[in-house]
Amino acid sequence: MSHGPTHEALQHQFHSLDQQRESSTLGMWLFLVNEVMFFGGLFAAYIVYRSARPEAFVAGSHSLDIGLGLVNTVILIGSSLTMALAVHAAQTGRRRQLLGFLGATGALGTAFLVVKGFEYAHKWHDHLVPGPGFSFPGPLGGEVEMFFALYFAMTGMHALHMIVGIGLLAWVFAGAWKGRFGPQYFTPVENFGLYWHFVDIVWIFLFPLLYLIGRH
Amino acid sequence: MSQEIRMLPEQASTVAGQVDAIYLWLIGVSVFFSLLIAGLLLYFAIRYRRRAEGEVGGRFDSSTLLEITWSVIPLVIVLATFFWGAKIYFTMFRPPADAIEYFATGKQWMWKIQHPSGQREINEMHVPVGVPIKVTMTSEDVIHSFFIPAFRVKSDVLPGRYTTLWFKATKTGTFHLFCTEYCGSEHSLMIGKVVVMEPEAYQQWLAGGPAATSMAEAGEQLFGQLACSTCHQDGPTGRGPALAGVFGSQVRLASGRTVVADENYIRESILNPQAKVVFGYEPIMPTYQGQIGEEGLLQLLSYVKSLAPKPAETAAAPDAGGDGSAR
Amino acid sequence: MSAAELPATHYLNATHGLKSWLLTRDHKRIGLLYLLGVSFFFAIGGLFAALIRIELITPAGDVFQPDTYNRIFTTHGIMMVFFFLIPAIPAVLGNFLIPIMIGAKDLAFPRLNLLSWYIYMVGGAFSLYSLLHGGVDTGWTFYTPYSTAFSNTYVIATGLGIFINGFSGILTGINFIVTIHRMRAPGMTWFRLPLFVWGHYATSLIQVLGTPVLAITIVLLALERLFHLGIFDPARGGDPVLFQHLFWFYSHPAVYIMILPAMAVISEVIAAFARKRIFGYHFVAFASIGIAVLGFLVWGHHMFVSSQSVYAGTVFSVLTMLVAIPSAVKVFNWTATLFRGSVSFETPMVYAFCFLGLFAIGGLTGVFLGTLGLDVHVHDTYFVVAHFHYVMVGSTITAFLGGLHYWWPKIFGRMYSEFWGRLSAIVVFFGFNATFFPQFVAGYLGMPRRYHAYPEEFQALHVLSSGGSIVLGLGYLIPIVYLLYSIKWGKPAGDNPWGAIGLEWETTSPPPVENFAAPPVVEHEAYEYAERAERLGAAPTT
Repeated sequence: MSHGPTHEALQHQFHSLDQQRESSTLGMWLFLVNEVMFFGGLFAAYIVYRSARPEAFVAGSHSLDIGLGLVNTVILIGSSLTMALAVHAAQTGRRRQLLGFLGATGALGTAFLVVKGFEYAHKWHDHLVPGPGFSFPGPLGGEVEMFFALYFAMTGMHALHMIVGIGLLAWVFAGAWKGRFGPQYFTPVENFGLYWHFVDIVWIFLFPLLYLIGRH
Repeated sequence: MSQEIRMLPEQASTVAGQVDAIYLWLIGVSVFFSLLIAGLLLYFAIRYRRRAEGEVGGRFDSSTLLEITWSVIPLVIVLATFFWGAKIYFTMFRPPADAIEYFATGKQWMWKIQHPSGQREINEMHVPVGVPIKVTMTSEDVIHSFFIPAFRVKSDVLPGRYTTLWFKATKTGTFHLFCTEYCGSEHSLMIGKVVVMEPEAYQQWLAGGPAATSMAEAGEQLFGQLACSTCHQDGPTGRGPALAGVFGSQVRLASGRTVVADENYIRESILNPQAKVVFGYEPIMPTYQGQIGEEGLLQLLSYVKSLAPKPAETAAAPDAGGDGSAR
Repeated sequence: MSAAELPATHYLNATHGLKSWLLTRDHKRIGLLYLLGVSFFFAIGGLFAALIRIELITPAGDVFQPDTYNRIFTTHGIMMVFFFLIPAIPAVLGNFLIPIMIGAKDLAFPRLNLLSWYIYMVGGAFSLYSLLHGGVDTGWTFYTPYSTAFSNTYVIATGLGIFINGFSGILTGINFIVTIHRMRAPGMTWFRLPLFVWGHYATSLIQVLGTPVLAITIVLLALERLFHLGIFDPARGGDPVLFQHLFWFYSHPAVYIMILPAMAVISEVIAAFARKRIFGYHFVAFASIGIAVLGFLVWGHHMFVSSQSVYAGTVFSVLTMLVAIPSAVKVFNWTATLFRGSVSFETPMVYAFCFLGLFAIGGLTGVFLGTLGLDVHVHDTYFVVAHFHYVMVGSTITAFLGGLHYWWPKIFGRMYSEFWGRLSAIVVFFGFNATFFPQFVAGYLGMPRRYHAYPEEFQALHVLSSGGSIVLGLGYLIPIVYLLYSIKWGKPAGDNPWGAIGLEWETTSPPPVENFAAPPVVEHEAYEYAERAERLGAAPTT
């Protein structure tokens, strides 16, 4: 077994930084599998109700703002790109670039949440938030409420993951600021990147399911 | 009630004996395997007990043949049990075509029973012996479960939809009716009794109460009161589809899908008419949510069912209602 | 064994003070912290079980008000399931032993491990507080729409406690899987792993895959209660049965979270006290994985009478039958292990025998419940109550106690009284059967579960059950006394008091902080009793 020079980040239970990094990455992947199951419950509910009342779901998705949805999709894909570049910068030990890309990722993530906030505000204004105040014009009326219940549950859970992600990003940024990451040790940046891409991918599923399917 | 300890509840329906038979079979299987395992364990433990401090066990530690044997034998047993159990299950949830239809509504914390002839009872259910009886059930609040141990039948009772079970009592007497799905404070008081009577005695019992309008007749009256008949006229001229013969048939929807018009479809069409609009009609029917109680819905349902073609014609599609709506 | 002395320094005395425990990252100390936690919640759950048995002595509901009784059985269920049974074996014994058994210094993520314990304690305290301070009356299953629209009790607060606790299970599961993948000592190949590790690997998979579904279910439940979203509300187009699907998708596999570690313990104990390699090692290992995978496909068998279609019921029934096979295979393999073994009957082995008896009954009655036509009759009766207590209490707690007695000398370095140990195992066995066997009979006679008052004809069986529970309670109390006594005054146990094989027996008792004086290298299969004896030149017996 090859022992590199002992790095300050090496924890006592591991015998090498390689082992430590592999362990962390595997742990992160398992956490993401767990996240898939978490969203899986929501997707299951979506499938059940969509197949029970397809017309209402089509009507519901027509009332969503496809423009804002598209803008948000572009923003998130962009943030995944900057995140991937940030990981690369960490691996190659370029601290300034790393800070820049992490900052860009955070800014794009925040922009996504702002746009989402506007969408929520519109829905509130249009009485499309499920509950006693809900009303939807047209013959399908209350049928569409279930669509919006799922819309808010799914996008809300996603937004919550974005908020947690931005919090974690601040922590990674602080570590990068102190110069803790370099070619030998960049696991936190890499694992945070995995999380960020995952949250992005969830949106890539949510966007067509909520905004696009059945639209004409 | 006698205080003697019984091992099996009274058998008072046609399926009770079948359920007990599979129960006794499984007890036999369990006793056999428990004794086999216990016997082998004890024998090995004594025969191969440790006799010296440093002693260790032998090398016999794998045999694919043995593993296959003790996987396949239980597999055969459980699969046979599965088929047997499934057969009983299908019997339990396929009411015979000539079953009389009762209605039961669960409500925290009582059972409201309605006879086909319109009589109502609370927490009591009088039925004739030897006649197949189908119970269509719904709940006004939470999930309940309708359980008659002596008949070995049970089904959950859900708000917002219909479930059914059926039985044919084989002996007269009084039997427990339990709610078996936890439903709140007085769940354990949501119990009643089923009184099985000779058919003549049942007829007398029916005659003894106040004169009642049958479920279908009450439904017909309600149909008029709510002005349903304005649109749902006989023949193709109405603004709404004609209802004669609809129950149990295949209905084509505006969206192109086809559904079976079972109990839950009729219910939904009254409460939420826009959900499934029949092909060729405008979605103009208003909702009756909040205007009709569970009882009224059951009466309307009975009426719609009574509009079905005469028995001679039903033979064409006898199972359509039974299958789809049973569960 | 010669009168050994405890090693001069070990993980228990390496550092001192409360802080050194509350901030520890040592998996062994965290295992002991968990032992305190699960014992506490077990005591609470047990107390509430006693209240249930007191109420049910008479048919009239004369001791408690119905609402009080409903809170009591709910508290009993939630405490026992989420805060005792699910964490008990993995978080205590698994935490302590997995790193030692694979020759590692610690788990892969020690800080996360400590965090898991804190999350567990916070979740437990939160749930307990809301259960005692107002209470919840929905039963541990939280069925909708009762829990969302009708119950006026602290459903969200209790649910939040369970939700928080879920993270503890998820993090522990991730920690175990990563540790088993990445931290094995040189030479410790997958098929040299002790079966204890295999069992915990399968358990961890379920924790990681199942718990998040429970989490989202609780979130939806809370959203429904708070904002009336309508997802489970039939009046608004929702489906209350969807909740049951989501709930059981987690909660059925959760039963395997409880039983797989128990099976894992029994494999170790039987190998050690028969001094023989477990018969069919590969089959037993793969049976664990098989149970974990099939366990995710059988949730619908809780819903045979819930309005699910008969065809869905048929599919779930046949899958349920299949999951019985790997369990049966394990029992046959354990039995065959004794053949030509060198069997001795110390306390852990007595517990293992009790386990086999109780698990056989628990497992076989599971087949009764998986059988469609029969389940219709016994569903939601005391037959079900008896069945899951045979599995979750009779099997899991018996295995937990057996494991605790087996590794106790390793954990604390001292021996307990053998006489009292065997006696407690026998008392537990008889008390358990006296408590729960009558419930099978009552259930088949039609006694519904969660009844506060019941018809008179069931009284004789309930009295038997309540009487048995006194014996059972006593059986659980005895070990507390002699085990605590042994920590201080027990005879030093020596490194390997049972003459067992396994890396945990090659280090000192108690082990040093980093588990081994020198990193171990593994050269042999697990449980090579006969082979080792041959290598050492002594002839094996039988």
